[in-house]
Amino acid sequence: MSTKILAIDDSRTIRELLRVAIETAGFSYDCGIDGKDGIQKFTEFNPDLVITDINMPNMNGFEVIETLRSEKIKTTIPIIVLTTEFSTEMKERARNCGASAWIVKPFDENNLISIIRRLVG
Amino acid sequence: MFFEEAEELLEALTEGLGELENDTQNMDVVNAVFRAVHSIKGGAGAFALDDLVDFAHKFETVMDQIRGQSLDIDSDLMRVLHKSGDQLCDLVEAARDDTAFDVDARNNTLRELEPYLDEIPDEEIAFDSLSLEFDAAPIQDLESIPIETVETDLEERTKNIYFIKLETNNKLYQIGHEPLYLFDQLSELGEIDIHLDETSVPKFNELEKDHHLSWKIKISSVHKEPEILSVFEFIVDLCNIDITKEASHLYESNISSDIIEPNINEKNPKIINLDEKKDFSTARPSSNQKPPETKTQKATLRVDLERVDRLINNVGELIINQAMINQCVEKLQLPPTSQIMNEIEEYKLLARDIQEGVMAIRAQPVKPLFQRMGRIVREAAEATGKKARLVTIGESTEVDKTFIERLADPLTHMIRNAIDHGLEDSINREDAGKNPVGTIHLSAVHRSGNVILEVSDDGAGINRKRVQEKAIAKGLISSDAELTDNEIDNLLFLPGFSTASQVSSLSGRGVGMDVVKNAVQQLGGRISVTSNFGKGSTFSIVLPLTLAVMDGFVISVANQTMVVPISSIIETVAASRNSIHTIGQDERLLFLRGKYIPIINIADSLKLSHSHQQDIKNYLIVKNESFGACALEIQEIHDQRQIVVKNLETQYCSIPEISAATILGDGKIALILDTDEITRRNFS
Repeated sequence: MSTKILAIDDSRTIRELLRVAIETAGFSYDCGIDGKDGIQKFTEFNPDLVITDINMPNMNGFEVIETLRSEKIKTTIPIIVLTTEFSTEMKERARNCGASAWIVKPFDENNLISIIRRLVG
Repeated sequence: MFFEEAEELLEALTEGLGELENDTQNMDVVNAVFRAVHSIKGGAGAFALDDLVDFAHKFETVMDQIRGQSLDIDSDLMRVLHKSGDQLCDLVEAARDDTAFDVDARNNTLRELEPYLDEIPDEEIAFDSLSLEFDAAPIQDLESIPIETVETDLEERTKNIYFIKLETNNKLYQIGHEPLYLFDQLSELGEIDIHLDETSVPKFNELEKDHHLSWKIKISSVHKEPEILSVFEFIVDLCNIDITKEASHLYESNISSDIIEPNINEKNPKIINLDEKKDFSTARPSSNQKPPETKTQKATLRVDLERVDRLINNVGELIINQAMINQCVEKLQLPPTSQIMNEIEEYKLLARDIQEGVMAIRAQPVKPLFQRMGRIVREAAEATGKKARLVTIGESTEVDKTFIERLADPLTHMIRNAIDHGLEDSINREDAGKNPVGTIHLSAVHRSGNVILEVSDDGAGINRKRVQEKAIAKGLISSDAELTDNEIDNLLFLPGFSTASQVSSLSGRGVGMDVVKNAVQQLGGRISVTSNFGKGSTFSIVLPLTLAVMDGFVISVANQTMVVPISSIIETVAASRNSIHTIGQDERLLFLRGKYIPIINIADSLKLSHSHQQDIKNYLIVKNESFGACALEIQEIHDQRQIVVKNLETQYCSIPEISAATILGDGKIALILDTDEITRRNFS
């Protein structure tokens, strides 16, 4: 069974770009269209890695990460933050929530896959 | 596995040293030699063959200095390098056979090698011992150690070695980081050596507690520090990481990342267990992932020789079977256009293809055999105090593998003899107006279905007077025997003959040329010698090309079915009485296209009774290397077909003029004639 990757992003373009990149690399792919949908998809899809945007309707990225790492779900899978603006301060906040890595948009396909591999082999 | 590789490496090493002799500046060759030694050291290290590692390390260091151009090759160093190469061969051999090696010889070589050794920096030694700690790796994985193959010089020179100290903690795993994957990625940047400080691994019942694992990573990579550090981008501020660069280093780790990975997996389960709720399917995908393939492998297959031999044997049977079917079908007298005839034709072709393919598997170039002789020449020259060099011709000539193995001893002996008895010492050579360095020629050629190996020297030639005196003194011939030069020369092959007035260390081993002759005859070959007084001698070994199958003419001689190898026949002639001329009592000549060719009656020479009453006579024109063409008179030519050679010697005994036997399609046995020997006997 191939490694499953869940992307949570409100931009359809980004979701489709991610699908192409991730499926080409041989992973299974599913996506959530906002934070809430993302959490829902997480429980259904049971991914090995999550990629999430920060600025989204219905729960932002930080909240998504916090929920995933909370006592209720308590996942230890890697979570990659994928967002446009990324200051040191934002990074720090993401890290504190439990993010494993971050990628700044627009993302480079190879870099993305390389980081995914660094996290899930 | 290691020894097979080592043998190939040693071959490359010997070849490289040979080339260096001609061109000491050739860095490609220097690199090739260095890599060969280095790889042997690496392989030996994995098997804890310490003596081998030690020696190879010193040898390697000297080669490295030559590579770094801090050492120039002069004739003395060249000699030491050769000696070291030979010594390495010995050590590998001793390790393979699990026998003790000659410690004195090793120490001797080491002593000669040592003056060339610069101080080895301490760190290097530390490194070797560090990488050797990985010896505990599962042996079966050693197959995956790629032999270090050619890498571009540029790449090697700009390779940097980094040491990374990494201390990981629980937090890392909680947010989904797994060092294993980081190491995987790191291994794509270069060769890595990873070492986990096992004392940092928590006990099972302490897994819940906070703890730190510490890793030591050595990576040799062409990449810069930031690129290497970027792998740890997301964890740098979560754990302690320390990277130091080491000055450009020519040593590479002995064990590649391919082998490290299973090791990590083994040491890692505890770490993965740290997160009890962690999904295992996510934790271990890397076990399905193939290690990055860094080197292209040569598409070769190692096969047990026994299997090949079995196959050859079966192919032989197949061909006999095919001949039998053929014969059965012929009896049915079907029209030649019938389908079964076509199919049988097809079957024949296929059988032949298979046979040729199978024989090609066994055929190997004589190169390794010849290379070994280089050492024999050096050693023999040193032992006798003479100067000699070896010139090989036809290294790529392919012969059956059995020959290569079984010719090593006879050739060794012939070469020792050539140096010990053939060559004069340099003073005498100069007096005779020759180059003070004697030359031994070793050649292999394919000629008329045979392989001909020759060992010749440019020495004094056979002193026939002395040979004859000696033979008389030893009672080998009677004192009044009248012998031709050729006969005298061949006295050398008599058991218990030795011309050396003094028993030297080389010739005093109780092995004479008769042993060589026996060995060659056992292979179905012949040995002969020609000599030119004052100019040198040539020993020729003639061996059949293949052992199993050949093309032959089925003929009859005095109503007996026989086979003549097609390779020895130039043409066939049906001649009328008019073209046969008689000289003297029973010398007959065949007049063919303006030339007279001597006739040999095979029946006569085999002493078979027969009648001469035949108007049209059939002749096989054959050519003998030394006597020219002659016509073999036979009764009839029946057929041309593939025949399976069955050795007579093992079943019966060796008969001159008969090289072997075969089984024909009707199940009858036919003898295979040795036309060379027949003509030789008739002329001499």
